[in-house]
Parts: sequence; C-alpha cells; structure tokens
Amino acid sequence: MSKFILAVYVDNKFGVLTRVTSMFTRRGFNIDTLTVGETESPEYSRITLSMSGDGYARAQMINQLRKLYNVKKVELLDEESSIHRELMLIKVKNSSKFRQDIMTAVDVFRSKIIDYSTDAMCIEITGEPSKINAFIEILKPFGIIEMCRTGIVALERGSGSILTNDQETE
Amino acid sequence: MKMKGARIVIETLIELGVTDVFGYPGGQVIDIYDEIYNCSDRINHYLTAHEQGAAHAADGYARATGKVGVVIATSGPGATNLVTGIATAQLDSVPMIAITGNVSRALIGKDSFQEIDITGITLPITKHNYFVNRIEDLSDCIREAFKIATSGRPGPVLIDIPKDIQNAEYEYEVRPVPAKFPNKQPSSSSIEKAIRIIDSAKRPYIYIGGGVIGASAEKSIIKLAEKVDGYIGCSLMGISAIPTDYERFLGMQGMHGHYASSMALSAADVIIAVGVRFSDRATGNKEKFATSAKIVHIDLDFAEINKNIDCSVGVIGDIKESLSEIISGISQKNNTEWHAQVAALRAEEKSFVKRTDRLTPDKVMRIINAIKDADTPVATDVGQHQMWAAQYCSFEKPRKFISSGGLGTMGFGMGAAIGAATGTGHRTVLITSDGSFGMNLNELATAVTYNVPLTIVLLNNGVLGMVRQWQTLFYGKRYSNTTLDRHTDFVKLAEAFGAEGIRTSNEDEFRSAFKKAYKSGRPVVIDCIIDKDEFVLPMLPPGGSIENIIVDTEGM
Repeated sequence: MSKFILAVYVDNKFGVLTRVTSMFTRRGFNIDTLTVGETESPEYSRITLSMSGDGYARAQMINQLRKLYNVKKVELLDEESSIHRELMLIKVKNSSKFRQDIMTAVDVFRSKIIDYSTDAMCIEITGEPSKINAFIEILKPFGIIEMCRTGIVALERGSGSILTNDQETE
Repeated sequence: MKMKGARIVIETLIELGVTDVFGYPGGQVIDIYDEIYNCSDRINHYLTAHEQGAAHAADGYARATGKVGVVIATSGPGATNLVTGIATAQLDSVPMIAITGNVSRALIGKDSFQEIDITGITLPITKHNYFVNRIEDLSDCIREAFKIATSGRPGPVLIDIPKDIQNAEYEYEVRPVPAKFPNKQPSSSSIEKAIRIIDSAKRPYIYIGGGVIGASAEKSIIKLAEKVDGYIGCSLMGISAIPTDYERFLGMQGMHGHYASSMALSAADVIIAVGVRFSDRATGNKEKFATSAKIVHIDLDFAEINKNIDCSVGVIGDIKESLSEIISGISQKNNTEWHAQVAALRAEEKSFVKRTDRLTPDKVMRIINAIKDADTPVATDVGQHQMWAAQYCSFEKPRKFISSGGLGTMGFGMGAAIGAATGTGHRTVLITSDGSFGMNLNELATAVTYNVPLTIVLLNNGVLGMVRQWQTLFYGKRYSNTTLDRHTDFVKLAEAFGAEGIRTSNEDEFRSAFKKAYKSGRPVVIDCIIDKDEFVLPMLPPGGSIENIIVDTEGM
C-alpha cells in the first residue's frame, strides 16, 4: 500500500465529475482527496486525486479512468517528479494564554492569519499534506474550532504537461 | 431543412442505418411516436408488452445481427423499466441505443410527474449517456452515441431527450454515417512476446469469449488452433463462434463447462485467451486457476488485461489484426502427447452420460439440434436450462446463441428471442424454464402480434432449479422459496395469449411437438415436463477449483 496521485484531464462539461466519481463507487475505489478546477484550456477541467493502494489498485484506477468517454488523459504524478500542495483554512480559539504560542506556530510554519477576533483566529496555510498535518497537531492543544482542507493539487516538475506527454496504456 | 426535434431523432436514426426499433409509447415520447407514425414506411417499430421486453429485444436483435439495437421508452417508469435490459447489454458488451423522453427542461428537478434522473441511474450501466440540453446538439448527439456504442468494445448508450427539445425546431441535414473510432493496433513488442510464449507451448489451449464474435475473428481462431496444434474452449459468451462439431473444439469451460474443456484448460501449459474477461464463473478460485499455464491475453479493451487474472503478456488492440500477426509469426506445431491427453479426457467425459427413460434436458437439446437448421438463433433465459443449452446445443455459425452471460438476467429470453427473430427474419428457438418464463411471459403477446416464428421450449420442473441445486449441494436440502406451487397451465396460457401450446413429457411427444412448432412459423409454447432434481453437471463449486469438480451427485 502506498499513496499516489493522479492528474486527470476531463471534458469541462456538465456531469463529468459525477461520471468519474460514479465509477469509483461502481469499482469500489476509495479515494483520499479529490480536487477539480479549470485549466489553461476552457474545454477541459483538471481533477487531481490522491488515493492509497498497491500496484494493482493503481493500474485498475488508471485503466478504468481511461475508459470513460469524457476522460482525455490520466497521468500518475509520483513524489519525486512532481510538486504537491494543499491549502487549509483553520480556525482556532484565541485567548491571552495561548495567543503568543499560536503566533509563533503561524510564523514558523510560514502561514498567515486572515481573520482575527478576540475569541478566534483563522489561519491560512499552504504546503505539502505532511506539513499541514504537522500544523494541525501543533494547533490542537489550543482548541481547533473548525477547519477546511482543499485536498491535493499537483503538477509535474519541469516543462512537461499532461496534455503533451505521451500516454502508453500497456 | 427545419424540423421538430422529434423528427430529427427519427431522421438521424434512419440516416445511421436503423431500420427497426423496439419500444413503448408514453407522455414524454408522444412526439417521437408521432414522427414514427409519419415515417412508418422507413422505420419499423415493434411495440412490446413492457419496456424491459423492448430493451431485451433490442439487445437480442443486436446480438443476432451485429447491428445496433434501438429501444425507445418514455420518462419515469418507462425509463426505469429499461434498466435491467441496459445493464444486461453492458455486461455482455452489446451495442445498444436507448432513447428516453423526459419532462420539459423547465420541469426538470421539480419532481414533476414521471420525471426521473435516468442519466444518473444509468451512469454505472452504460458505456456513456447523454441528457440533451440543446436542440442544436440533438442530431450530433445521436451520431456520437452510435459511434460510441459500436466502436472498440461495444456497449449501450442512453440518450435522454426532454419533451421541449422534441418540440423545438432546428435545421437538420443528412450526413454520412460517421466512421468508428479506430481500434488500437497491437504493439510489436507484445506480439513478439506472445509469439515466443506460444511457440514454447506443448499443451496449448485457446480460450475464447464474446470478443471473438464481436471482432468476427472466428476463422482466425481456427487457423491459430491448427497452427499451434491445440484445442479451443470458450466462455458462455463465446458459444457459437466455433462450430460445435469442429474436432478441436471442446466446448464451454468454467463452473458448468464441459469436463474435457475445463480439465484441458487446467492441464494446458499455454492459454491463449482471446476476447474474454476471466469472469469468476469462468475461473472459480483465481489462486488455483490454470496454475501450470502461461497466459497470453489478447483483448481490444486494455482495462481487461490483468484485471481478473494476471497474464504473461497482454496483447492490446484489434483482435483480428493481433491474431493475424501472431499466426504469421508462430511456427507449425505437432503436439501428439497433447492429443492423447485430450482424447483421454473426452473419453472420460463420455462415460459420465447416464441412460434413463425419462425426458432429460440433454435429450431435449439433442432433438432440437437434429431439427433446427444452421441459421436458427437459439435464445435462452437464465438458470439450469441455460447451462443445459450451453452444454448440449450445437451450432454451426456465430451469433446463434443469444444468452445473458454477465448479468444473468432471468426474463431476458422472451424479449431477446423476439429481437433475434425479427432481426434475422429467421425461425428462432427460445429455451426457457417455468421460473424465467414467469418473469416476462407477457411478451408472448408481442410474439403473437407480430406472428414471430418462435418456438418456446419451456423446461418445466416446478422449481427454481439452479438455486435448488445449490440448496441441495451446499445448503442441506433446505429448499427455501424455490418450490413453485403455482399450478400454471402453460398450454392454456399460450392459448389465452393467442399462441399455441403443447404439453410433452417424453421423447417422442417432444420430437413431434418441436417439429410441428418449428415448422409452423408462429409462436408455440412447448411445455416440457422434466424432473425437479435434474442437475447441471459438471459443476465447479463457487470459489472452488478444478480439483473440486463435481461430475456425479449420486449419494449426495
């Protein structure tokens, strides 16, 4: 079992995300995160998804995605050759007792306070999922009110792009 | 030319070569039916008793002819009634177009009368589907749907058309039929590897499925078998691809496969699998499946390679092309020992046949074989009778065995047989049972309306035989809800529908009844009384392997 990330180019059309996620249910795939958004081309959307599984699960996921009519390209983004980021907004309790500790954590993790009131702070942080997990652990003792993570977005390093790379299915 | 959306639907179907459609009218397709009325000189519509029957008919039509089957149903319950038929086509890779009406766009999402999200419901059971949101897209959408349904590995495509789109007007002009998406050509590296493995074979077994029929590659399989000097076995979906009496053909293998075929597969050193997906019904326990063999898996669908069974090499691409490259690359073999081994298995298989005086399913099938001609499609329902038909019916030409393999749909047979008969214009046989026939016997009405030349052989044992067989073997003879205490008189039932009914309980009665029915050219039900404890044998127990094969149940 290992974590892996897939970038999926799909037609930017009504219902395509449902087609993709319906396939996950049908085939029994359990994904960890999924993000979807516009791309450089208005015709396509880009889905980034992360899931855990062995080589078999990975191959099945890629093959079954490629079979969908609205899926144009699927690429595996491994840790070495790609960059991964996630964004989180997290709201913690603000109190005179912990204020300085929270500020220090925000500073060390190079995150940003984006909302402040006498009893709460909202912090924005971007980074690899492991960094975000670590930040949550730091904030836990201060009292997390709520949080929201975007899931992973990822791009290949260098000048290549998913649309220009060759796709071999074997 | 400007015309209504409903007319565009019919004109586009005609443009794509559709001559026959099956369906059932309703409020949200009334405009499409109005245009069918207008175009009745150019397109035949077959009205069924139930939308499910129409879907199975379109499916049977497609399986028997190789053309696309088209079914039309209204919104809501009309659309949901298609679901089992669409899923059946999906699991067996049958090219089908399902057209449903829906409420007007303004009423969508309001829980309007007979509104249902049929594209949502059919997402996992179609190759693709469409909700037509703009009249501008309508004709291209139908063209694209045909292209998707027929290209590569075929499958069903559903098009949901709101009523206001059917009524909107737009320009339509006839276009040439679009070319299919081209099949991928196999990579030279995979072909070379396949050739190396096949050349090393001393006990080759060619295992074929529906993909061979889809690719019309039957002759290539025979060439391959001659050159590797091996044997051919098939999955349920591969039946009729190879003539039953061809000397190298061992028949179906798997859970209820022929003994010699299943045993030969497990003894083979190389399995050349073509257009099969290694379903659990074909493999049993995967860990123990063909452990001594290297597997060369040839398939058009890349996603089948290593999905159910790991192979030594996957050859992905056009099946005919792949086979032709492999055949020209391999050397001519002579496997004398293998012939001796298979001959021994065949002799052993023959020794299992028991003689009894009563009317047994194998006798029924042999009588049918002796009377039917080579062009007769044989449709089945699902259960014991289906397995008996798979085991004992003989075929000379492909596309003659019409059976629900992947989904195992009881109630498939009536619709499918009507579709096969109307599609081929040939006398058709349906082998069914009291259980399966009970599910969609309303389609007898359809068979009578269109005077379909359909001989329905109903193996009547008063039980749900396949489940009963499992209950006998694995559930301590606890026959929970499998004994049908129904007292249905199938002869009177046939007569009530306007068909003919004949009851038979011995060989001679059956022979003369079948002859009469088959020659009559109209729907006849032959109620064929058999024992409730006839077993389908051999049997590989579910999840078992070849060592667990049951060939005899005496004392069980």
